[in-house]
Amino acid sequence: MVNLPVRLGSPAVAAPAGVPPVAPSRPLVEIEDLDFSYGVTPALKDITLGIEPRKVTALIGPSGCGKSTLLRCLNRMNDLIEGARITAGSIRIHGVDINQRDVDVIELRKRVGMVFQKSNPFPKSIRENIAYGLRLQGLRDRARLDEIVERSLRGAALWEEVKDRLGESALGLSGGQQQRLCIARTIAVEPEIILMDEPCSALDPVATAKIEELIQELRARYSIVIVTHNMQQAARCSDQTAFFYLGRLVEHAPTRDIFTNPANPQTEAYVSGRFG
Amino acid sequence: MPAPAHPFVSRSGGARRLEPVVFGISRAAAYLILVCGAAVFLDIVVKGGATVFQTRAPFVNVAFLSEAPESLYVFEWEGRQMRLGDREYRAFKQAHPAAAAVPAESYVYSSGGIFPCIVGTLLLVVGSMSIALFLGVCAAIYLNEYARDGRFIRCVRLAIINLAGVPSIVFGLFGFGMFVIFFGWNVSLLAGWFTLAFMVLPVVITASEEALKAVPIGFRVGSLALGATKWQTIWRNVLPYALPGILTSSILGIARVAGETAPIMFTAAYVVRDQLPWQVERAMDGLFEGVMALPYHIYVVSSKIPQNEFTERVQYGTAFVFLALVALIATTSIVLRNRLRARYKW
Ligand SMILES: Nc1ncnc2c1ncn2[C@@H]1O[C@H](COP(=O)(O)OP(=O)(O)O)[C@@H](O)[C@H]1O
Ligand SMILES: [Mg+2]
Repeated sequence: MVNLPVRLGSPAVAAPAGVPPVAPSRPLVEIEDLDFSYGVTPALKDITLGIEPRKVTALIGPSGCGKSTLLRCLNRMNDLIEGARITAGSIRIHGVDINQRDVDVIELRKRVGMVFQKSNPFPKSIRENIAYGLRLQGLRDRARLDEIVERSLRGAALWEEVKDRLGESALGLSGGQQQRLCIARTIAVEPEIILMDEPCSALDPVATAKIEELIQELRARYSIVIVTHNMQQAARCSDQTAFFYLGRLVEHAPTRDIFTNPANPQTEAYVSGRFG
Repeated sequence: MPAPAHPFVSRSGGARRLEPVVFGISRAAAYLILVCGAAVFLDIVVKGGATVFQTRAPFVNVAFLSEAPESLYVFEWEGRQMRLGDREYRAFKQAHPAAAAVPAESYVYSSGGIFPCIVGTLLLVVGSMSIALFLGVCAAIYLNEYARDGRFIRCVRLAIINLAGVPSIVFGLFGFGMFVIFFGWNVSLLAGWFTLAFMVLPVVITASEEALKAVPIGFRVGSLALGATKWQTIWRNVLPYALPGILTSSILGIARVAGETAPIMFTAAYVVRDQLPWQVERAMDGLFEGVMALPYHIYVVSSKIPQNEFTERVQYGTAFVFLALVALIATTSIVLRNRLRARYKW
């Protein structure tokens, strides 16, 4: 089993946040010539994309173009789908091919957390939702759990709203709070990368604004890949934007360039709202 | 034909005439069921209640609930008709040596109580349901969470459906051949447990699968994405939420396990057994001895012994206790289920 190298500045090794973990020349995630299909139906073709550490990368494109599929490749959630497989190419994180036989998918998913489109708090108390991932790892110490619960909820900008009702069911929270709870739950296991699949698509504008604000705070410590169909959202909160169309990566560039000066006419048409 | 006065004028036709007929038949069928159910229930409650309850304190016939069945001896003594149970009769003969010479009619099982049957049925239900739930939930987890759909899984499903349609007497024969003869467990509690467990297994598996399917997929992916293994996910985040549903459907299985006579007839039930299951030399021996059971006792006292005015008391008394016991077990399970549901609601 190959262990992914421990990143510098990981909270687990208690280094100060904000230290660049990897030399800037090398992206944290390197997707190379990736082909992916569901059974015989190809979903991604020839994707080559680098994801920078501690940046927000937005994946945009019309629905069905493969954004979610690519996102699920990064923490191998596609393993759960029958017949889904990578047919060519590779994905490397810290230079390690994550589809290599000896990569432990459990360790990978601890490092690469995921927030889903439909918020899925567990029907447990707020505290137990956050503690879930830690208990999986065998952490039982009550004081330590409480400490991480608080830190994670603060990290997800939810602490002030729920600190008096940690024992209550998470299902009593509003939609936006539930989604922030899911983010808190994800950061409780100290991931390095957070994948978000349209995290705001079911939320009202106020809740959406809160999540976007949160993403701005999180980027100091985590590398974030966010799928969104909301162009303003991509423009507002991402550093890099990748535009996909029909399973292909059309353009990947700094967000400002994508929105003001796209190199590809398809990108231009999409971001200006002429199709999709 | 004159033009109708308005477009909604009532017309007669076959479809319309049929309507009140269908309504009448369906309503009559529903009422008939109610009447039949009430008749059966009242009959047992009234006649059985006469055995189980009494007008004097403590108002419950404790002996009937706490003693073993005995023969009833009826004879004339000093001009009066005496009705004595086995032990009483022997004591009486000791006290009055002349009584030994008086001819007495004996009626088997017509005196005493049914305590060993209550105990036997309780043991059979608890044991077989535990086995069925364990095997059934494991199988359902495999089918629903681990197995990928394919020819093999379709065969397993087909087998389960067919198993559900097998008559209980066939399970009895299977249990007899398998557990009693082949495994050499003899007619025993253990053989009865497994026979009954196999009988309700299809119900439990199907119910468990339904309950597992009802748990939202988000609970699973959410857990897996946090780095849980598949089993951790099932154990912590799926099974607890499926449990109330599993129990709900399994409660029906309880009534079946408690009530079926055919499967235990050759595998677990004794017509009469003097010791209780725990009155054995070594603890494990109890598992390899048969037990008395309520449904089998009803069968025996209703069809295997001569019928007369003294047998009705036991027949209806046993039936009443049997109904009450099943109701009690079912109620307990429902209460347990509701507590689980309150704890794991979603
Ligand atoms: N579980 C699946 N099984 C088969 N095909 C799928 C599955 N999920 C997605 N697809 C197909 O893959 C393509 C990409 O889907 P997806 O990644 O969900 O797109 P997006 O997130 O960009 O809307 C679509 O054509 C979709 O129909
Ligand atoms: Mg999608």
